[in-house]
Amino acid sequence: MTTTAEPRRRRKGGGGERRMVPPAKFTSYYGRPVLKASPWEKEIPAYLFLGGLAAGSSLLGAGADLTGRPALRRASRITAFAGITVSFGALVKDLGRPERFANMLRVAKPSSPMSVGTWILTVYGPLAGAAAAAELPLPGVLGRLTRLLGRPAGLAAAAVAPAVASYTAVLLSDTATPTWHDAHRHLPFVFVGSAAAASGGMALVLAPLGETGPARRLAVGGAVLELAVERQMEQAMGLTAEPLHEGRPGQLMRASRALTAAGALGAMLGRRSRVLSAVSGAALVAGSACTRFGVFEAGQESARDPRYTVVPQRERLQRRG
Amino acid sequence: MTSNPARDAGWVDPPPRKGFFTDTSVCIGCKACEVACKEWNAVPDDGMNFLGSSYDNTGQLGASTWRHVKFIEQPASTAVDLGLPRVGLPGQQDTGERTDFRWLMESDVCKHCTHAACLDVCPTGSLFRTEFGTVVVQEDICNGCGYCVPACPFGVIDRRIGEKGVTKNVGIAQKCTLCYDRLHDGLTPACAQACPTESIQFGDLDELRARAQERVDTMHDQGIPQARLYGADESDGVGGLGAFFLLLDEPEVYGLPPDPVVTTKDLPEMWKKAGLAALALLAGAVAVFGSGS
Repeated sequence: MTTTAEPRRRRKGGGGERRMVPPAKFTSYYGRPVLKASPWEKEIPAYLFLGGLAAGSSLLGAGADLTGRPALRRASRITAFAGITVSFGALVKDLGRPERFANMLRVAKPSSPMSVGTWILTVYGPLAGAAAAAELPLPGVLGRLTRLLGRPAGLAAAAVAPAVASYTAVLLSDTATPTWHDAHRHLPFVFVGSAAAASGGMALVLAPLGETGPARRLAVGGAVLELAVERQMEQAMGLTAEPLHEGRPGQLMRASRALTAAGALGAMLGRRSRVLSAVSGAALVAGSACTRFGVFEAGQESARDPRYTVVPQRERLQRRG
Repeated sequence: MTSNPARDAGWVDPPPRKGFFTDTSVCIGCKACEVACKEWNAVPDDGMNFLGSSYDNTGQLGASTWRHVKFIEQPASTAVDLGLPRVGLPGQQDTGERTDFRWLMESDVCKHCTHAACLDVCPTGSLFRTEFGTVVVQEDICNGCGYCVPACPFGVIDRRIGEKGVTKNVGIAQKCTLCYDRLHDGLTPACAQACPTESIQFGDLDELRARAQERVDTMHDQGIPQARLYGADESDGVGGLGAFFLLLDEPEVYGLPPDPVVTTKDLPEMWKKAGLAALALLAGAVAVFGSGS
């Protein structure tokens, strides 16, 4: 039978989060989804996280290079290259036909964020690689060449890096998945904040105290941006923000907020403590990962429940009259 | 007057846009369309399931289900009480437990949208607009990125799962092609050919739209005000559908979205916001090195 369902009751002990929209009745076909959730698995949120980590690290690496902070430069360049390599591998692995990855390069389509992203990564990856190669103790001509290329490659990677960090928000939002699409005005800012927090945090783990000033500021600024815009985003979204509070995505988002806030606080207080800096940095990295997995999972949930498709569309029709 | 997505996609002097008009009011739920589609297109088995949802054991459209007949059981509401005898013995008190009943049936299919999100977001160019204005996957190009799946506002396209080497096109996005191969030879798509009641009508979209409007007007005159067209209006969020429907209830009753909008409509704003966010990150990175020690 066709079902007319009441909205689910809120989880008990939910910390008194207020209901964002009044309860709404809706009709569905046997409660089945109207949309299909993406077939993507954990590789995609992992890619979102690692891509952001890499992008922020390239920015830190270039800044460290220009301002004479060799340890920060080394840590950031290597993090950037490792991050983008693993995330690229995750992207390919998630394809239905990984051996056909190169078909991505047969067109360049501005209407496809995945096409745009592939080209961004195609430019960024080798630059991040060349910057990281300069950190390797290579002998002879090869060593001289990589060290010569390190700075220009690092600067070029840093110029592309902000696009690497922000386009992934468009990748998710340019879908019919209700929670991802409705987040489109805010998600790029959440993601660049998350990228800054993760990369600053990783530098706090890896680099000595004397050189981490900029990383600390980037981490705290990123954490504040992420926390503030994420809050705004949920208020602007209405019903489709609900999956961000419930179930597993809700747990991930709460963990993200706690880790990001604690990490930022620790990063501010831990200027003189190597241990506190490293622990705070690790918390920020973990918080960023939780954000990406939380947003990803919330979108998947929103596609699986016809309520998030039907109710907002009905309301839109009613507003139009 | 009618939009021409084939011409917009660069075809020079394309043939008239082809489509389906599925008139659900005459569907008898025989599923001949499902069978004909599978046979002609060699679509693999999509499971032998008992779903407990009336006669619908197919479930939903997907990579291996390109036509899907839906069955909806509803309490019937007659406009006028004709005083006809109800179920049970004459003179028996109505217990209120049984009601009149109606069945809605709908053969669902890919909508071949005028503004097709699946095609817009496809990063390989595997999904393309044919000269007939339809949307088709080139299975030798698709690398199974899966982006079209969440992009579709109707939940039609999916990535095929199965055992590699046993099932064909595993890992590749699949959906209705509006029998692209048959159209080249001037044939009717298999589902429309097999439909015994002409619930599925194939033809030039202009002509189908005119015929559908006539049909809905007739039904209104006959006292069936619930009859309505779905996807025949070019001013809707997807620019109208190449495969549109006559429905007898709200779209969501049939599992269709009441107000679908192509996601790429908001893409310019998304890129703008992403650009601003990227600039913010760059500015932040410059600032953290410029201040303090």
